Amino acid sequence: MSEGLLIQKIKDGTVIDHIPPGKALFVLKILGIDEKTDVIVSFAMNVPSRKMGRKDIVKVESDVGEEELNKIALIGGNVTINIIKDYRVVQKFRVNLPEEIVGVVRCPNQSCISNSNEPVEYRFRVSKKGIRCHYCGRTLGDEVEKWII
Amino acid sequence: MPRFRHLISIDDLTREDIEYILEKAEKFEDVARKGYSDALKGKLLGNLFFEPSTRTRMSFETAMKRLGGDVVNLNTAEVSSIAKGETLADTVRVVSEYVDAIVIRHPREGSARLASEFSSVPVINGGDGAGQHPTQTLLDLYTIKKESNLGNLKIALVGDLKYSRTVHSLIRALRLFDATIYLVSPESLKLPGDFVDELGEVIETDQISEVIDEVNVIYVTRIQKERFPDPEEYAKVSGSYRISADTLQNAPDDLIVMHPLPRVDEIATDVDLTPHAVYFRQAFYGIPVRMAILSEVMGYE
Ligand SMILES: [Zn+2]
Repeated sequence: MSEGLLIQKIKDGTVIDHIPPGKALFVLKILGIDEKTDVIVSFAMNVPSRKMGRKDIVKVESDVGEEELNKIALIGGNVTINIIKDYRVVQKFRVNLPEEIVGVVRCPNQSCISNSNEPVEYRFRVSKKGIRCHYCGRTLGDEVEKWII
Repeated sequence: MPRFRHLISIDDLTREDIEYILEKAEKFEDVARKGYSDALKGKLLGNLFFEPSTRTRMSFETAMKRLGGDVVNLNTAEVSSIAKGETLADTVRVVSEYVDAIVIRHPREGSARLASEFSSVPVINGGDGAGQHPTQTLLDLYTIKKESNLGNLKIALVGDLKYSRTVHSLIRALRLFDATIYLVSPESLKLPGDFVDELGEVIETDQISEVIDEVNVIYVTRIQKERFPDPEEYAKVSGSYRISADTLQNAPDDLIVMHPLPRVDEIATDVDLTPHAVYFRQAFYGIPVRMAILSEVMGYE
């Protein structure tokens, strides 16, 4: 069964492909897609994939913006983005974690100042072992998904 | 131009920055010993202490006043009433309009970093919870430089290596000086694994006696009772990491013993009279080091 049968081709928008299996929901969360969204979103989970065995796919029928898309790199793997215009792929790229991740992941350290009522956003920087809280220095590795806001 | 505007974490400094501050501190040592300078005359330091730490506060106040400056303190009782409604960001925005620099001590990690983002004047971290306390680390390094040798250093860190913020910051700084580090602690208070990974080569043991004739410096920290659910276990463990004149009987003459103070009983008082004891001078060195930092952030060469 090909993915084409699972989700229709879209005319204009963004196809997020090669998502590690089971992680499509985190992608939606990172992109801020929730019950209030009015754009058309379709997704498939555990689709057979030649390269990965199984993968998830998300299609968003709107312009998402590269900066937003690059935040998806938080979930790991080799997620690829296809920008679609008039049913054709006009741009294809791999997501690349930005140096600073602002307002996407909550700091797991309860005594971190960013977990109080201060007027600041959660702020992380990429480090060797994952991402590191700009305020308290706590490093988040594999467990990053748990803390996505 | 100052080498740094704020002093938030020891990790923000390079080895050159640290060496520069230690040299600057050396120049202030005479003034620190009961002298006076007008390097910071007319400048006002704001001590913003959201939890009590009399010693750190006094040390900054002494340093500032010996440099001819003055200090305003926000004491913890006032702070806690402020803290009820006001954010730290707002407090800092207001206070930074009154003074020329701020020292902040706060129970939450990362608070000094946040304060520096809302302050119109330099911010010095005087301890943020379990986080950072960079002036302590700098005075520890200064003590080693003065009383031993920062190059080619072999140092044993003894006691609570798991929770001690002092130890964690010191380790980070010592890496910049290629020190050989010996870790001496009970099993339950060992240095966290990712720290050990960062260090590369370390020597770990649970016996002080095994390292005493290998090292130049023994840095002792307090083992806190609260870390042990069983009081008997605490008594046993803390007893075996106690340093006494006996422990040091066969130690080389130039071995120094350091402690961030206050001590409880992890160093017996009979050590005080031996040439190994430097912990009281270590506390004094906080003054010239803080003078160096204060004058640096407030733009005095
Ligand atoms: Zn944090």
